[in-house]
Amino acid sequence: MNDTNFLFVGVGGQGILTASDIVAEVGLAAGLDAKKSEIHGFSQRGGVVESHVRWGQRVGAPVAELGTVDFLVSFELLESARFVEHLRPNAVVITNTQRIIPMSVSSGGYAYPADGDIEKALRSRTDQIYRIDALAVAQELGNPRLVNTVVLGALSWHVPVDAAVWLDVISRRVPPRHLNANRQAFDTGRSS
Amino acid sequence: MKRLLSGNEAIALGAWEAGVRFASAYPGTPSTEILENLSRYSHLTAEWASNEKVALDAAIGASLAGVRAMASMKHVGVNVAADSLMSVSYIGVNGGLVLVSADDPGTWSSQNEQDNRQYARFGKFPCLEPSDSQEAKDFVQEAFNLSERFNTIVMVRTTTRISHSKSAVEVEMPAPGRPDVPTLEPLPKFERRPERYVIIPAHARRLHPVVEERMHQLREYSETCPLNRIEWGNSQIGVITGGAAYQHAREVLAGFSLLKLGMSYPIPQKMIRDFCRQVQQVVVVEELDPFWEDQIRALGIPVTGKAFFPLTGEFTLERVRAAAHAAGLPVTPLPVAPLTEPVQAPPRIPALCPGCPHRAAFFSAKKQRLLVAGDIGCYTIGVLPPFDAIDTCISMGASIGVAHGVRQAGNQQKAIAVIGDSTFFHAGLSALANTVYNQVPVTTVILDNHTTGMTGGQGNPGSGVPAQNQRSGRQIDIESVVRSLGVEWIRCVDAFNVTAVDQAIREAVAHQDGPSVVIVEGDCVMNQGWQRSNLVRVDLEACNGCTLCFNVGCPAILKSDELDVKTQRPKAEIDALLCTGCTVCVQVCPRHAIYQPESGHE
Repeated sequence: MNDTNFLFVGVGGQGILTASDIVAEVGLAAGLDAKKSEIHGFSQRGGVVESHVRWGQRVGAPVAELGTVDFLVSFELLESARFVEHLRPNAVVITNTQRIIPMSVSSGGYAYPADGDIEKALRSRTDQIYRIDALAVAQELGNPRLVNTVVLGALSWHVPVDAAVWLDVISRRVPPRHLNANRQAFDTGRSS
Repeated sequence: MKRLLSGNEAIALGAWEAGVRFASAYPGTPSTEILENLSRYSHLTAEWASNEKVALDAAIGASLAGVRAMASMKHVGVNVAADSLMSVSYIGVNGGLVLVSADDPGTWSSQNEQDNRQYARFGKFPCLEPSDSQEAKDFVQEAFNLSERFNTIVMVRTTTRISHSKSAVEVEMPAPGRPDVPTLEPLPKFERRPERYVIIPAHARRLHPVVEERMHQLREYSETCPLNRIEWGNSQIGVITGGAAYQHAREVLAGFSLLKLGMSYPIPQKMIRDFCRQVQQVVVVEELDPFWEDQIRALGIPVTGKAFFPLTGEFTLERVRAAAHAAGLPVTPLPVAPLTEPVQAPPRIPALCPGCPHRAAFFSAKKQRLLVAGDIGCYTIGVLPPFDAIDTCISMGASIGVAHGVRQAGNQQKAIAVIGDSTFFHAGLSALANTVYNQVPVTTVILDNHTTGMTGGQGNPGSGVPAQNQRSGRQIDIESVVRSLGVEWIRCVDAFNVTAVDQAIREAVAHQDGPSVVIVEGDCVMNQGWQRSNLVRVDLEACNGCTLCFNVGCPAILKSDELDVKTQRPKAEIDALLCTGCTVCVQVCPRHAIYQPESGHE
């Protein structure tokens, strides 16, 4: 497989770091080198979360170069648009349609961008845009915390690594009693 | 087997495998997880210290007592520890002594982006710089060896991208934490060696030449140090690099010859001369200061460096590529077309968490229009909207001294110093003693949330929670400390009682007869045992969209879609997932439109 760059974005508390951890481990399990990088600390309190994963024969810098991201996985609708510049032309965008209203909108003077504007921004780089209401899927499966796994399932469909490898990594990370629910969430995401 | 580890996890593993017996740290991004991970291993003592100097002092003591010891801290923490650092360079070690400095290029979570490689040169001790997690683990082990071999403290310097990035590390079984290492042998009696361990002028005078001789030996060693290596390629360009910058240089200037400095101080002069002779153009790619560039230029070697590569901020591939391109090096700029339809993405400004105990104090400070000397912690967020309340923030513990100085300059504005519990024990105690001693009517507001919140909830003397579960810790009562320091005017208030907090601060500021202290006490939402209360609701009949509740800066308070008929302003709405039921907004609502139901179900 060629070098592959993933970018996971969203808002603190959405399970983005776990998701990107899993993707980095899937890369290793698939026999590749993998690196992952994120920012903790002051920027984390209610802020944007940005986590990079790179796969390759020998990965150098842990963060992909601007304009070279192959897969943008956004856990929040607006955040997909914020990171458009990172995409390589014709990259795959997977976005959860959940909206988390920033305080600059809820109590400040900013506006949440219209769906059409977000769409237009993404289309300036790629037409491969996949939307998923992962929160609704997770709630249907009985646990909103499965959002994470639903999104990973959706991503896995576009990545040439066996679903079994993904599930193996996921099963190593979730408590046994949640395993079935996570399998289901992954499968639902993958077939959506 | 290979495992993905962060740089910090790898440092902890490396230190444990090297047999570290004592580790101490003060939490600080991006260094915190080093000690957190070490605390889970057996056969060692891992502690949170009250500040970085104490952490280093304790590590020095353990080293002199004969065991391997480590202190870890963020870059600015080394400033706090610098006094002892400079002395221990003369004194040397007994058991291997390693200082981990985690620098923060890009100031992701810091007050500056100082380059701590400078400390190695300043203090005359070696510095090792890993470029990924495998090296982080290996270099820490080498640091202990070098420390004992050359009788010196050794600094391992990481940066945020090394500490917080994960990459593959070859991990040997058994799994960490299992007691497979040999049982500890009792230590011999502390060896009395005052000529080394007691740094009086007569001894220091004799030790300084020893340090210079050690530097000479280290320079010789650096020529063959396996951490420095050459990756030969096209000789048109020779790149000298290291640390995080190595990964960027290797990718952007792929195919050219490269000298990687794993030991970033002292540099191998002969190796560098030989390398430079064999390439047509020398390029130094290093983050932050021209630390190597200046030293290499001093050897008489012309180099391309900071004239093109950024002096400030964190390196990214695009920044390094742009710099290489500007320097006329044969790299292609990536064709990144500017966006045709850029979207205006509203910012997500950091905010105090829903349920944060600091909210009422800043609401009050703003309402009373106080001059606020701030400090370092989550509560520095008080500088941001909607509070806009903090006027200064300098360094750990500086709030009290700054408020003191503003007053002593003759400023008569109503003012407070605001400091958290962990920061108070870190560097606030001596500042408060100064204010009491000089009898200056400074009001200090101690925000006591019983944890070190900003870094994720580590123990401190105010919480008594130890770093290792199996050890005991004792909580120090802040009120007793303040009283015994000689403060006579003290109020303790519940952080979630808005009126009480406001009233206590008002009275404290009015008190002009000596220093005053208000202790605002309430648990951080991350504390163990913390419990959510019933979430609050908005009575849409009563709410008239006055927006006052937005002034408490709570992410759980939203603008609803419903407009008030008269004011035409949106009414408030509570995010049921985020609200913790702290009731600060309930208390500030003038129309009693926000209320807390008795039970979760109406």
